[in-house]
Amino acid sequence: MLQIDLEACNGCKLCEKTCPFAAIIVENKKAKVLENCTLCGACVNICSQYALNIERPAILSDEELAKYSGVCIFAECETQNEPQVKPVVLQLLEKGRMLADKLKENLSVILLGAKNSQLTQTLISHGADKVYLCQHSLLEKYSTDGFTNVITGVIMQEKFSIVLFGATPTGRDLTPRIAARLKVGLTADCTGLDINEDRQLVQTRPAFGGNIMASILSPFTRPQLATVRPNVFPQGIPNPERKGTIKEIPVKLNPKGIRTKIIETIITQKEETIPIEEADILISAGRGIQTKENLELIKELAEELNGTMSCSRSIVDLGWLPHSFQVGQSGKTVSPKLYIALGISGAIQHLVGMSSSDAIIAINKDPDAPIFKIADFGIVGDALEIIPILIKRLRESKKN
Amino acid sequence: MKIIVCIKQVPAGEVKINPETGTLIREGVESILNPFCEYALDEAIRIKKEQEEERGEKVEIIVLTMGPPQARSALLRCLELGSDRAILLCDRKFAGADTLATSLALSEAIQKFEVDFTLVFTGKQAIDGDTAQVGPELAEHLGISQITYAISTTLIPERKRIQVKRETENGYEIVECKLPALISVSGGSNIRKIPSFKEIINARKKRIRTVTADELSKDTEKFGLSGSPTQVAKVFPPKGRTGGQKIESDDPEKAVDRLIEFLQENGFVEKE
Repeated sequence: MLQIDLEACNGCKLCEKTCPFAAIIVENKKAKVLENCTLCGACVNICSQYALNIERPAILSDEELAKYSGVCIFAECETQNEPQVKPVVLQLLEKGRMLADKLKENLSVILLGAKNSQLTQTLISHGADKVYLCQHSLLEKYSTDGFTNVITGVIMQEKFSIVLFGATPTGRDLTPRIAARLKVGLTADCTGLDINEDRQLVQTRPAFGGNIMASILSPFTRPQLATVRPNVFPQGIPNPERKGTIKEIPVKLNPKGIRTKIIETIITQKEETIPIEEADILISAGRGIQTKENLELIKELAEELNGTMSCSRSIVDLGWLPHSFQVGQSGKTVSPKLYIALGISGAIQHLVGMSSSDAIIAINKDPDAPIFKIADFGIVGDALEIIPILIKRLRESKKN
Repeated sequence: MKIIVCIKQVPAGEVKINPETGTLIREGVESILNPFCEYALDEAIRIKKEQEEERGEKVEIIVLTMGPPQARSALLRCLELGSDRAILLCDRKFAGADTLATSLALSEAIQKFEVDFTLVFTGKQAIDGDTAQVGPELAEHLGISQITYAISTTLIPERKRIQVKRETENGYEIVECKLPALISVSGGSNIRKIPSFKEIINARKKRIRTVTADELSKDTEKFGLSGSPTQVAKVFPPKGRTGGQKIESDDPEKAVDRLIEFLQENGFVEKE
């Protein structure tokens, strides 16, 4: 229940402008809450007079816990070009479907945007039972306030038990905001999700550079929120025949309720290059390639194998390649069909970023390099000596 | 003008875990100031210099952390680098906090002692937990805007606004918002200043205020382990992937033969 301190309220109408569901109005210079209030808390957050409050119990009773059901996924979209959901959403749908089936509950999706309702069928064909569609011109681009307010509203109205987000820059900006608003737990960068015998979400994540794994529960609060790193779960095969329902949620937004404004967008990554997390074959260079010039060799090999070049942290630290090429704990998690590590010893921080690759080939001078412990095929030797031979052989076989 | 910089002291190397509570054993591990927090502090100090020199406006930097008594050394480093004061939230009742309980304690301290702040800086994430959650959670508790992944900032004091250049997935974005605001910093100019002898001496004269849980709130259940909705159910070693064949041959041509075979068998290269 939303409480209004009428003495503190100065009738500024900021709450009215911020509420995404037109559920609070100002009458006779005082705020008044309407029946359609979802308890999203957008007004509480923006009120400068501290006149609004929602009591949220720190521990829910069993009866309260039982009111929450279903798995929900936030359908983050690509920011450029045609409307398109991010690959991590499809990966989450596959995993979410499994969790929902285990619970024998629904799998829902929240889709926000300005003109992207055509994506609903994609979401349904990948496993969604129900899509909550929120369309508004102010939702075309991501904003912390706009997205937090609308998503929290839908979550509170529908009382989902589990809500999953991609651990993308947007997901990591948005989800903690929602968690703090609802005063619930949030587990970052999960690499495993399951349901236990108490029907709780078991969230597994690497801790301390992957040296140890931790299983985390939020036993007494709902919803259970988690972010999942892209590419740790596989994407399923869509079924275009699958049927689902679409529920449009009317949203009312005012620019005054969105406190940040994008002044300029600068795109540095060229569109024609495949981001390393989406590549099927990665040819990855480490310190063992010795000079920046030798990156040309890596590039040539990548071309021969129709692969993409990536690298370890040391190459980025040396300034030879930008950060977007980096695989590992402080870079990107990748899971290509083939990962070739050239002159990479395989520090744990690197291994956590690529150990879920389908096949791993390693070439390294040091026979005791940790990379060999996870490589399906390893050559102990100088990568700089072996690569030119490999390129030559690949070219010859193509000619034949 | 008041700028608050929230910092975290992190273990410099590998850490051990208490198998019973699933929390960190910090004793006996060398600690450093989290690198992203150092970027955040750099940015605050840059603003202080700029505002004091160009506009003659006094800027006070207050560093805030929650941690064990040893966290004083991280605060001391911040004071040497140019902060004015420090607050250490230190109490057994704060121990075992997850990100929600941590951000709540920080926000209550700010609201209680430094409510007239203009800016809050945090690092993007700490290198031990890597969650990147405390910054946005703190902004939410404080009811202010947030801009994450900042690499540089421009204060526009006459309009009570700040412009921030932030990293995005495919480049950068310039975002503006009203003050007060929370900025989480992911990088910077990477100037690692070495404090002068005078600065080191001066830092020892600056105040580090220690605050207990009872000083913050009557309801201390909301802090620490008891105020944390997430619980570590168990910790276990990661599932290992086992290595396959390893060729140790003096003849690189022969090694490449085997490599080509492997690529062919797995369908990455067509068979001749």
